[in-house]
Amino acid sequence: MTFSLWNRQKREGELDEELQSHLRMAVEDRTERGETEDEASRAARRELGNVGLIKEVTREMWGGASFEKLIQDVRYGLRMLRKSPGFTAVAILTLALGIGANTALFSVVNGVLFNPLPYPHPEQLVWLAESKPNFATGSISFPNFLDWQKNNQTFTSMSLSRGYSYNLTGLGEAEQLRGRLISSDFFAVLGVNPAMGRSFAPGEDAIGAAPIAMISGGLWKRKFGSSPEILGRSLTLDGKAYTIVGVVPASFELSLGGFHDIDVYVPIGQWGNPLLPKRGAGLGFHGIGRLKPGVSIEQARADMQGVTQGLAAAYPDTDKGIGAGVFSLKQTMVKDLRVFLLVLLAAVGFVLSIACVNVANLMLARSSVRTREFAIRTAMGASRGRLLRQLLTESLLLASTGGTIGLLLAGWGTNVAIAQLPVTLPRAAEIGLDARVLLFTLLITLACGILFGLGPALKSARPNLHDTLKEGGRGGSGSRHRAQGVFVVVEMAMALVLLIAAGLMIRSLTALWNVNPGFDSHNLLTFGVALPPSMSMADPAAIRAALRRVDQELAAVPGVQSVSLSWAATPIASDDEDLFWIEGQPKPASDSEMNMALSYVVEESYLNVMRTPLERGRFFTAQDNENSSRVVVVDDSFRKQYFGEKDPIGRHIFLTNKGGRAEIVGVVAHVKQWGLDSDDKEKLHAQLYFPYMQLPDEAMALSWNGTGVMVRYDPKAPAIGESMRAAIKRISSEHVMSSTQTMDSIISGSLATQQVSLILLGAFAALALGLASSGIYGVISYVVEQRTQEIGVRMALGAKRTDVLRLVLGTGMKMAGIGVAMGLAGAFGLTQLMASLLFGVSATDPLTFTVVAILLTIVALTACSIPARRAMRVDPMVALRYE
Amino acid sequence: MSPRYQNRIELLQGTLDLLILETLRWGPRHGYGISQAIRTNSGDILQVDTGSLYPALHRLERQKWITADWKVSENKQRVRVYRLTAGGKKQLESERSRWAQLSDAIAGVLNPAKREGEA
Repeated sequence: MTFSLWNRQKREGELDEELQSHLRMAVEDRTERGETEDEASRAARRELGNVGLIKEVTREMWGGASFEKLIQDVRYGLRMLRKSPGFTAVAILTLALGIGANTALFSVVNGVLFNPLPYPHPEQLVWLAESKPNFATGSISFPNFLDWQKNNQTFTSMSLSRGYSYNLTGLGEAEQLRGRLISSDFFAVLGVNPAMGRSFAPGEDAIGAAPIAMISGGLWKRKFGSSPEILGRSLTLDGKAYTIVGVVPASFELSLGGFHDIDVYVPIGQWGNPLLPKRGAGLGFHGIGRLKPGVSIEQARADMQGVTQGLAAAYPDTDKGIGAGVFSLKQTMVKDLRVFLLVLLAAVGFVLSIACVNVANLMLARSSVRTREFAIRTAMGASRGRLLRQLLTESLLLASTGGTIGLLLAGWGTNVAIAQLPVTLPRAAEIGLDARVLLFTLLITLACGILFGLGPALKSARPNLHDTLKEGGRGGSGSRHRAQGVFVVVEMAMALVLLIAAGLMIRSLTALWNVNPGFDSHNLLTFGVALPPSMSMADPAAIRAALRRVDQELAAVPGVQSVSLSWAATPIASDDEDLFWIEGQPKPASDSEMNMALSYVVEESYLNVMRTPLERGRFFTAQDNENSSRVVVVDDSFRKQYFGEKDPIGRHIFLTNKGGRAEIVGVVAHVKQWGLDSDDKEKLHAQLYFPYMQLPDEAMALSWNGTGVMVRYDPKAPAIGESMRAAIKRISSEHVMSSTQTMDSIISGSLATQQVSLILLGAFAALALGLASSGIYGVISYVVEQRTQEIGVRMALGAKRTDVLRLVLGTGMKMAGIGVAMGLAGAFGLTQLMASLLFGVSATDPLTFTVVAILLTIVALTACSIPARRAMRVDPMVALRYE
Repeated sequence: MSPRYQNRIELLQGTLDLLILETLRWGPRHGYGISQAIRTNSGDILQVDTGSLYPALHRLERQKWITADWKVSENKQRVRVYRLTAGGKKQLESERSRWAQLSDAIAGVLNPAKREGEA
């Protein structure tokens, strides 16, 4: 049976009338029996009993009342919350921030880690690499890829690609385009269809095929105004005309390194690199494959092992020791972010818990003010369950208001915040509020409402009627004090865990910044320069002349201290490798048995630019050019690895791809090529410096289209990047400058994950510290207030002020102490989870643990000392008289 | 809610239903009349607590064993009058026989010797 609200109101009135008539009849009966009106009325009332309770119990019998009760509770709750706007505002704001931060972080975790990739059957997609002795995920050579494609049994399709910068001319000012060399089925593997036209057909990626290209939706709009007559038009890349056959959807996005903002896609075979058909060449190609339905990654790995073993047997010279790496595409995208995001999510969850505890504390404080109200309501016939429900309704009202505001904050702020982060999040475009995020927010909101509502509600709904009404609200203060004590301990413990996490990040970053990279990264600018496309056909001498011209123009710019052209010599940002053997040792039978070193192709000024220390011999001079005999400089790691304690100066090595025999003329310090944090983890450390002008002709012929430049500049020089661009443009309008970055920003970018962790963990920890110290302050203040008379008595009996101070501080320190002990134990287990974010410090670093524990204790002590001072000033006379 | 009221309702529940239904068998009555009838018929021994009576009346009404109408009393007052339904009559029969069984059973427990003697 259900009642409409109106029906219930009517019934309510009827019940009232029924009881009134009962009372009236009882009074009439009594007066008829001869009692006075007064006596009769009083006796009848006593007989009738508690009308409120009767009504309450009778209403229960109607059934179907829950909705009506809810409405009543909500109305009453709203009225109570309006009555104390300060409390309400603080509670809602705290919860909104807590829930908002959690929703935002969860939406990131959801978008990046949980949601499947936005391609058909994303679980079938894998990332492919060659595993080599020096690299777990090395690049795949084009001939090997073609054999993988042909010989495998477990893939539906397989594609290969690498990044490539093109010089675009003939469409306005010359500019550098981000391009991608791809095999024909690149888009088919992903299941992405062109927005217009077609993708490349089988065979169109072969060497010698006709030049065609696909362009991005972005470039189509920017350069062609989204013209529908784009297909068949020509695009001049590096001076060569390509026919546009298709347009990639503007929404296409692949969150893998090097896939960001690609403008143009060109078949692999169009690359003029003479090494492309060589099986042993490592040219930076990686693959994406689609597994056959039902095939697991393990099956694919086993299959590919067979394929690569076959290749190793057929081509031992190049393929010995080379395997295939097959990895889930999604995991490859998010690899190191997993720990980072989960640690932050845990941290923000802690902050929300502390916020809940603080709100619970506020509720508890308020409930002691409301004790009288509850007692009256009980006397009026409210059952304990009803009071409990009422209080929970209030806390859920607070939580849901906070949750709604938090959701709005998160919905609006998440993408803004992501844009501000110095980390490029993979899959950032996929982050948003979806059903799972909304469900998460709903759940944490409900959990919060119950978490901070239930404790205080259970306490308040058990009022001691008699005492409370008689004494005006002193009852139950002891248990309130205990509950608050528990809250403070929990807050302290959680704040400590967050502080330790932040402390460990500070230690890691300090350690990282103290790592000597082997060069001076300050005031160091790096960028790329491409010569005009007409140089693509020029002879090496002309290219050398053009490069020297660039050198001179740049060196002449005011504020430039020294300049060096470079090839793969921007640590962290780029790398290239060379195969070699040492003269005097037998020549290895195959490429796969050759030694490998990192190859830095530079000019004589490079050492001045980088300020890398020279350890032995000499660095290059201007005389180490195309006309002189070949020389190389090695780094300290190279010396140790290949010469041990012997002197390498004067020894010769043979370079397989750089013209053969060369003399070692110097040794320089090791440069942290792989980044401050990960250089030690990589296998390949030996470094080899090669004079730029001694590059063999075929390599020189390729360098017209993009050479690196490293510039050391005067920090006082204004807008050095702009001056550089102007100098390049002065040479010709077809010279293009690209990817300008300072070395500091490259290093900083490589540490971005740690820095963001530090900033966010630091912010969360500071927030937690503030909440926890305000919590302990509030409780101790309350304790002092409650014990004013006791303190007065003690002082009257001869206790000194210092005794009082000790008494109050002791109470606070006991809570802080338990909290710190629990926090230390918790942190001991939890910080293990963030071990992979740390550098140079253990997850249970004793120094961090000790310092943070002391720091938190001092903060707690300070927070307690304010009420403690107040207690010291208690005047025994006043305190006693008050009683 | 204080335990005092709760226990009383719990204890009387089955019996109170029987008493109310039985009272209404003799004609429609209002709540006060029911309580007075029970009191008089029990020789002033059973005093039905209002806090038990009205919840019981409203529950029986919900169970459709009794119905209620607003009538005007002899004293020209509006009163809510309860009346037994067909279902209520059946319920009364079964409650009566249940009560008879119960009281026999209790009597048997209280006077085992007498029972044996009769047999």
